Amino acid sequence: MTQDPNARAEIEPTEVGANAAETGDRQLTAEHSPETPDAYGSHEIGIEDLDFATLAEQGHTATKLDPLAPAVLSVDNLKMYFPVKSSGVVRRTIGHVQAVDGISFEVPKGGSLGLVGESGCGKSTTGRLITRLYKPTGGSMMFDGHDLAKLSAREMKPLRRDVQMIFQDPYTSLNPRHTVGTIVGAPLEVHKIVPKNQVLKRVQELLEIVGLNPEHYNRYPNEFSGGQRQRIGIARALTLNPKVLVADEPVSALDVSIQAQVVNLLQDIQSEFDVSFLFIAHDLAIVRHFCPEVAVMYLGKIVEIGDRETIYGKPHHPYTQALLSAVPDVKQAAVGGRRERIRLEGDVPSPINPPSGCRFRTRCQFAQEICAKVEPPLLQIGQRHKVACHFAGELGSHPASPVTTDLLGVDDQGSPVAGATPTNTQLTIPGYEDTWYDLKTKQTTGV
Amino acid sequence: MTSVPMTQSSATESPDDRGSDGPYLQVEDLKVTFPTQDGPVTAVSGLTYSVEKGKTLGIVGESGSGKSVSSMAVMGLHDTKSAQISGSIRVGGTEVVGLSEAKMRGLRGNSMAMIFQDALAALHPFYKIGGQLEEAYLVHHSSASKRDARRKAIEMLDRVGIPQPDRRVDDFPHQFSGGMRQRAMIAMGLINDPSLLIADEPTTALDVTVQAQILDLLQDLQREFNSAVIIITHDLGVIAEMADDVLVMYAGRCVEYGTTKQILTAPEMPYTWGLLSSIPDVGASTDARLIPIPGNPPSLLRPPSGCSFHPRCVHSDKVPGDLCRTELPELVPASSGTAHLKRCHLADPVGVYTTEVLPEIAPELVEETR
Repeated sequence: MTQDPNARAEIEPTEVGANAAETGDRQLTAEHSPETPDAYGSHEIGIEDLDFATLAEQGHTATKLDPLAPAVLSVDNLKMYFPVKSSGVVRRTIGHVQAVDGISFEVPKGGSLGLVGESGCGKSTTGRLITRLYKPTGGSMMFDGHDLAKLSAREMKPLRRDVQMIFQDPYTSLNPRHTVGTIVGAPLEVHKIVPKNQVLKRVQELLEIVGLNPEHYNRYPNEFSGGQRQRIGIARALTLNPKVLVADEPVSALDVSIQAQVVNLLQDIQSEFDVSFLFIAHDLAIVRHFCPEVAVMYLGKIVEIGDRETIYGKPHHPYTQALLSAVPDVKQAAVGGRRERIRLEGDVPSPINPPSGCRFRTRCQFAQEICAKVEPPLLQIGQRHKVACHFAGELGSHPASPVTTDLLGVDDQGSPVAGATPTNTQLTIPGYEDTWYDLKTKQTTGV
Repeated sequence: MTSVPMTQSSATESPDDRGSDGPYLQVEDLKVTFPTQDGPVTAVSGLTYSVEKGKTLGIVGESGSGKSVSSMAVMGLHDTKSAQISGSIRVGGTEVVGLSEAKMRGLRGNSMAMIFQDALAALHPFYKIGGQLEEAYLVHHSSASKRDARRKAIEMLDRVGIPQPDRRVDDFPHQFSGGMRQRAMIAMGLINDPSLLIADEPTTALDVTVQAQILDLLQDLQREFNSAVIIITHDLGVIAEMADDVLVMYAGRCVEYGTTKQILTAPEMPYTWGLLSSIPDVGASTDARLIPIPGNPPSLLRPPSGCSFHPRCVHSDKVPGDLCRTELPELVPASSGTAHLKRCHLADPVGVYTTEVLPEIAPELVEETR
């Protein structure tokens, strides 16, 4: 491209260890720039082929929210309780870990929903429920006219093609004794989609899509670096053309310089194949970059969900505010010292015996009596914004009295008011209503 | 290359005698080589840095860049049979390279301590937290009684913010949450008031809220004990908020070294630029692009010729001739000040940074800089 091919040939021997095919950031489409037919054909897009301008062009802007996109997956009141057994010979069930306790959300077609929260908040369990690695205790997960929560394993099998998962750790999620070809091709054989003699062709096609050299199908995972292994995991997830991909911390095990390569690859895949993502991560900056919509979870519940601009710009839940304030910021270098942040005391309580009322109240600086008595509903307070807090408000302007009392028919201390009729709002529908509860006027408003 | 024999070592002198003036830790021309079946791997080469008491040095780099290997050399944790270490490491005036294992043991855990990334792996699962803390204390306080040690362990757990320390001291590591385990390990590291604390990815496995607590704790303790601290991390945000100086490592070498402000606001080495532009920022516009560093970190078995970053560098075409491929750039002062060192052949890094890199990573700062 900018350099003569001889120069490239000269330096190739020095490029040991780096797979030349993995230049990190290629377009998926077949329309490669006409100047570089040889580069792509031989799968040796040298790093030196990419000058900065080209790279910048290929840099990916964050995905946009399409508010009209229909939901591909609609999760309603999903619950997962794991039994806790007593020790001894008779292992009685003595309690339940309420890992996921009644969450509702929608994943739009071709869009991405981000799921953030601290470890133990149930975000990974949610991912495993959607892929039906666990059978949920309650609730529904509507996908393509089927309720995934109720299907038997046999009925589930054909649908597994459509819901696939990318795992966090590329070192443990690939079988070290299988070749890449076997790993990526296994789903094809399980679902008997293509004749045996065409499996290899499809595998090579997939390897090419994720930016690996298709000739490497007979290598073993240990011959690849972390970023390349994650690409293998992504290729396996793509094998059956899924409609929904659950990505559980897909980049957190990777080096910083490789993270961006994989994030860009996932965005390419999304735009190319119109896949919907449930993107689970604890890195708030990556989620913000990848997902136009974000749900914040705390101890098995969604405490706030909304579009990216609202969640990151005007969060209303004290927990979301605390999470965001705790992210270290590179820009702080210009100022020096630590950024002001909201301090959360203590640890996340045990999900076996969660606090009454609002689960966050034990660590919340705004908590009052009502928070212990009444659980705040996940209330829609904007066009695409729901929050579960009695004292929901922007940072620095949390109301002095609970905003939910009129709806719930309780007084400011959380005791039921005689004669009051709680408004029967559909508080937990998976998507968004056209009308919502305005916090300032305490009235239902619409567009 | 052979390891430096133990000569004229000043180990007899107490390490803290001369800690107050000059840097507490001084590493000079450190080189660590491991012989392997495929040939020698030079994991660290020509590394020079220093940390003063009360200051924090951040070391940034990818896995395999030598950041952990160099800190383990400081701690004397390499097996001298398999690792060949040359150069000089002076901790509080004591030359550590070539020091006998017995003398090293006297320093380790006493004047210098290390905190590891994975607290679950670094704590012994069979022993109570308290027992492990007490052991660290008793090793260096032979005259102390068991009861003193226990009191000290409880005091340290309290210092790092473990609730009900007198009860939790008898817990096993698995009974602690991730954040508490990390605190317990910090307590163990600090139980002998070390003057040098090396934290190897102390918060990488933790949630942001816990991470913020641990970073607060490290800062408070540093202020209290006036320790020199080294933080090894790949999170530039942590570096920005914690470190006074930053050392950027690539393929075993220092590629840029300077104050945090210099490195993060006016970097002059393309690898540092790449790091900055490949991470998304919670504060940036959502249209900001992620520009990954192409390719993979090089194999140290056969490192690239010349500048080890050149196969991944998108700016090497701006350097005339084959300089990047043939010649290793020297670590020279950058334009922003003598304390700022960089290893790059680019003639006008500031120009390239302001016209090509800055518009991508922080468009709002472009006008300011001009």
